[in-house]
Amino acid sequence: MTVLDVDIRHAQGAFDLQARFQSDGKLTALFGPSGSGKTTMVNAIGGLLRPDHGHIAVQGRVLVDTKTGIFVPKHRRRIGYVFQEGRLFPHLDVRQNLLFGRWFTPRRERKTGFGNVVELLGIGHLLDRWPATLSGGEKQRVAIGRALLADPRLLLMDEPLASLDEARKAEILPYIERLRDEGGVPIVLVSHSVPEIARLATIVVVLSEGRVTASGAASEILRHTNLFRQTGLTESGALIEAQVLRHEDGFGLTVLQARAGTLTVPLLAHPVGARMRVRLRARDIILSLQEPQGMSALNVLPGLISSVDEPEGPSVDVQLDCGGDALVARVTRKSVAELGLRPGLPVHAIIKSIAFDQDALGGATPAKM
Amino acid sequence: MPAIEAIADRETGHAFDASISRQGNRRLVTDWLSPEEWTAVRLSLKVAFVAMAASLVPGIAIALLLERGRFWGRQFLDVLVHLPLVLPPVVVGWFLLIGFGRRGPIGAFLAEHFGIVFSFRWTGAALACAIMGFPLLVRAIRLSIAAVDRKLEDAAGTLGAHPVWVFAAVTLPLIVPGIIAGMVLSFAKAMGEFGATITFVSNIPGETQTIPSAIYTYTQVPGGESGAMRLTLVSIVVSVAALWLSEWLARRMRRRIHA
Repeated sequence: MTVLDVDIRHAQGAFDLQARFQSDGKLTALFGPSGSGKTTMVNAIGGLLRPDHGHIAVQGRVLVDTKTGIFVPKHRRRIGYVFQEGRLFPHLDVRQNLLFGRWFTPRRERKTGFGNVVELLGIGHLLDRWPATLSGGEKQRVAIGRALLADPRLLLMDEPLASLDEARKAEILPYIERLRDEGGVPIVLVSHSVPEIARLATIVVVLSEGRVTASGAASEILRHTNLFRQTGLTESGALIEAQVLRHEDGFGLTVLQARAGTLTVPLLAHPVGARMRVRLRARDIILSLQEPQGMSALNVLPGLISSVDEPEGPSVDVQLDCGGDALVARVTRKSVAELGLRPGLPVHAIIKSIAFDQDALGGATPAKM
Repeated sequence: MPAIEAIADRETGHAFDASISRQGNRRLVTDWLSPEEWTAVRLSLKVAFVAMAASLVPGIAIALLLERGRFWGRQFLDVLVHLPLVLPPVVVGWFLLIGFGRRGPIGAFLAEHFGIVFSFRWTGAALACAIMGFPLLVRAIRLSIAAVDRKLEDAAGTLGAHPVWVFAAVTLPLIVPGIIAGMVLSFAKAMGEFGATITFVSNIPGETQTIPSAIYTYTQVPGGESGAMRLTLVSIVVSVAALWLSEWLARRMRRRIHA
């Protein structure tokens, strides 16, 4: 079923949003630079803004249709909204904040257990505190819990991590991952961070200057730099699924199994068998025509060139198919010419283990799945 | 009724048991003020309290309308509410006399249908005080409404709260400090109101003679200085106490919110 069906036009001063997309993913990411219309879009979905034209439907329920004059007010939409800055009620303690939406939820629709949410978000020790005494990360976790406990049919998150430092981000990300995989509520996440999207998104909608420039599966969208050219971001990279094969504690390394082959990465805390997402940035991949010998890089993945993108300045993105995993490598135009890189050519993709930083390695989900 | 006992004691001339200090204090106050002064003090407190309480709900409503409303005539309403602040109080009293007097259009209507009479009654004094204090009340509440983060109200809406509930559960608790400040200003204004009250309901001891009117009367008669001084001291004590109470309440609120 289509989770989200949006087709709206809205003018706000000089800014003009004309966006249309559908999503059936667990976590739909709205991606684009600031000013591209992401927040306007979620505000329209959440009912904080009345679009000039168009329609919005969530799980088949029409919330906005300007043709027939339908506009469901925000308090009847049952759409949770986690704001960038938390917006906890300062006059209520954490417990009261969490239970605020519950008052207004019809009894038969109260499915989410208070204890489950508190446990999922790890906020049990905060229940009697006041919002003013919480850290930024704690506030965001409470805000997520508050939205969940209203039993929403859709959860909107407008850059929930933007106001947090790296440590706090790392603290929240696993909770959003668990929510995506266990929560059962579809999520729309606004973000302008590629690592965030790579780690969390199942569907990506790319926005640029009020227009949708691309939308589709995250692994597909993130491989194509040219989609991001208008956004000013040039962080193309592949997303592949992998499973923890073994740990080499003596060397501080972990070996992952992907369809493309084995990947050796810095030691991970995840148990053997855990599934995870790995992001291979295009600029971290070297291409070689022969299987390399006597080299320090531990990861060599054989594959075929599937296509060569349009050049961008001196560099070119080369799309690869390595045993069913799609990879992308950024090389110079000169290399393309000298090596004669063309679709169908067998090559070896070489990646240094060190290239897998914290951003590139997503959280694990339990092995059984 | 210790106050009455104290007066009775004074009349019968019985000595009081000095160990019952509370009653002793009570007697000191009643003795210190003459029965007429005491009446004026009690009447003033009653008038000020009723004026403040009665204008509270309309004050919040008008403040909301002025701060949040987008309607034709908002400017006009704004000016109307603020008029008592800039007009001579005597003029306000005169308007009240014309409108709410026994023969005035509003006064006659209220007397006939509801049996409410304002002219030359303490209720009229309360009405005059409420109107004179109204701009102060509205301004204080309006400022606090302007300071409320509308984003919190939006957040409450996305959690399923109807706008009425958003007001009751989010906006109202957040503007309580402003409401308290407005109430104190309204009360203090009512305690000191003179011009509009005396014009509208005159200066009848026991019915409409509040502390300011009583002080004015004392200054008009020879030897009234000590009475005027005593009532002045009472005025000061009541005003300072009201200010202190409001500060204390506001501080408690702030401590809770910005712990």
